Amino acid sequence: MKPIRLMVMTALLASLSTSWAQTKPSAAAKPAAAAPAPAAAPQLQAAGSELLFVSRQMGVPVEGRFKKFDAQLSFDPKKPEAGRVAFTIDLASASIGAPEFDAELGKAAWFDSKRLPQASFQSSAIKALGSGKFEVSGKLSLKGQTRDLSVPISLSQAGGITTANGSFVLKRLEFKIGDGEWADTSMVANEVQVKFKLLFSGVAAL
Amino acid sequence: MTASAPASAPESTPEPTLSAAVPRYSPVAMALHWLLALLIIATFAFGVYMADLPFSPSRIKLYSWHKWAGVTILLLSTLRLLWRLGHRPPADAPMPAWQARAAHATHLLLYVLFFAVPLAGWAYSSAAGFPIVWFGVLQLPDFVPVDKALADTLKEAHKLLAFAMAGLVLMHIAAALKHQLLDRDGLLLRMMPARR
Repeated sequence: MKPIRLMVMTALLASLSTSWAQTKPSAAAKPAAAAPAPAAAPQLQAAGSELLFVSRQMGVPVEGRFKKFDAQLSFDPKKPEAGRVAFTIDLASASIGAPEFDAELGKAAWFDSKRLPQASFQSSAIKALGSGKFEVSGKLSLKGQTRDLSVPISLSQAGGITTANGSFVLKRLEFKIGDGEWADTSMVANEVQVKFKLLFSGVAAL
Repeated sequence: MTASAPASAPESTPEPTLSAAVPRYSPVAMALHWLLALLIIATFAFGVYMADLPFSPSRIKLYSWHKWAGVTILLLSTLRLLWRLGHRPPADAPMPAWQARAAHATHLLLYVLFFAVPLAGWAYSSAAGFPIVWFGVLQLPDFVPVDKALADTLKEAHKLLAFAMAGLVLMHIAAALKHQLLDRDGLLLRMMPARR
C-alpha cells in the first residue's frame, strides 16, 4: 500500500594522481610490469555495492534502491586532491520493492527515465578530513537539473577491497522529482536521504 | 449477564416500555460505543473505496488516514474492553433466550474483531514494507517481517475479517431496529443518554 518515493543519488570517491584517462595500454606500460601495486584504475564491484534512497510519505519512511549504477574512479588516498570520481545512475533501475509502484517511478512526474535515462555526478574537488574520511564536492545532474553537491564519505579497506560509505540529503523538488500533484511536501517530504556503500578494487592503501 | 446498573438504576422493575426506569449503559460505555461506531463505519467505507484507487496522492492520503483510524480504533477498543470488564452492562431486556444468546454471541464476536481487524491491517502494512506512523508522528513497531507472500495473505485476512465485522454490525443494527420498531421494548434507550 503505499507508495513511492524517490530520488536520487550519487556517490563518490576519490582518486589518484593519474587521471583515469590515463590507463592506456600502450607506451610506457608493459602491462604486467608492476604486479602488486594497484596499477590499474580502481574498479567498482557491483556485487555488494548499493545505492539507497529513503523518502517519507506522510511520515512513513520508504526505502528504495537503484540497481544499476557505475563509477569511474581515479584516486590515491595519499593525494586526494588529485582524485576524481564520476558516477552514473541508471534511473530506470529504481525500485522500492513493489512492482506496481516501481512502474510509476519511471514516469514523467518522478524520474522520467525515458527522457533522461541517467543521472550523473562529476567531482570537482576531494578533500581529506582525516582518519579515512573525505569530502567530495562536485555537480549532480538529475532530471535536467544540475546542482552543487558535497558528500562526506568514509573509506575502509580489507582484503584488497576499499569500501566507501556515505549518506547525504537531497531536496527532491530541486530536481523536480515528484512533480505536479506530488509536489505537496506534506505528503511526500522534500528531503530524501541517499545512502551508499560502494566497493572498489584497486585503490591504493589508505 | 444479569446485573443491574449501579446506583441510579432502580431495581429491575419490569416495566419494559419507555419509562424513566430504563437501565442504561454507563456514560463512558455509551460514548465509546457511539464514537467507535462512527469510526469503524467510516474506516470500513474508506477501506473499501481506496482499495481500488490508482496510484495517486489521494490514494496515499486515504491509506494513511485509514491506518491512523485503524490504530485509533485498536486503542479505543482496548479502553472499551477494559471498561467493559470493570462495568457490567444493564440486564437483558425481556426476550426469548435464543435471542439473548445470539445477541451476546454477536457482541463477543464483535469485540474479537475490534482487535483482529486492525491487527491484521497493521501486520499487512508491515509485511508490505510500509510501517505505520500514527498521525505521521509515532512510528509503530513491525511485528512481522517484510514479506510479499505474507503481505498478500494478511491483506486477504484483513479484508475477510473486515467484511465479517461489517456483516455482524448489520445484524447488530437490524436487531436493535427490530427491538425499537417491532418489539417496541425501548431497548435502544439503554445506549442513549437519559433525557431530562
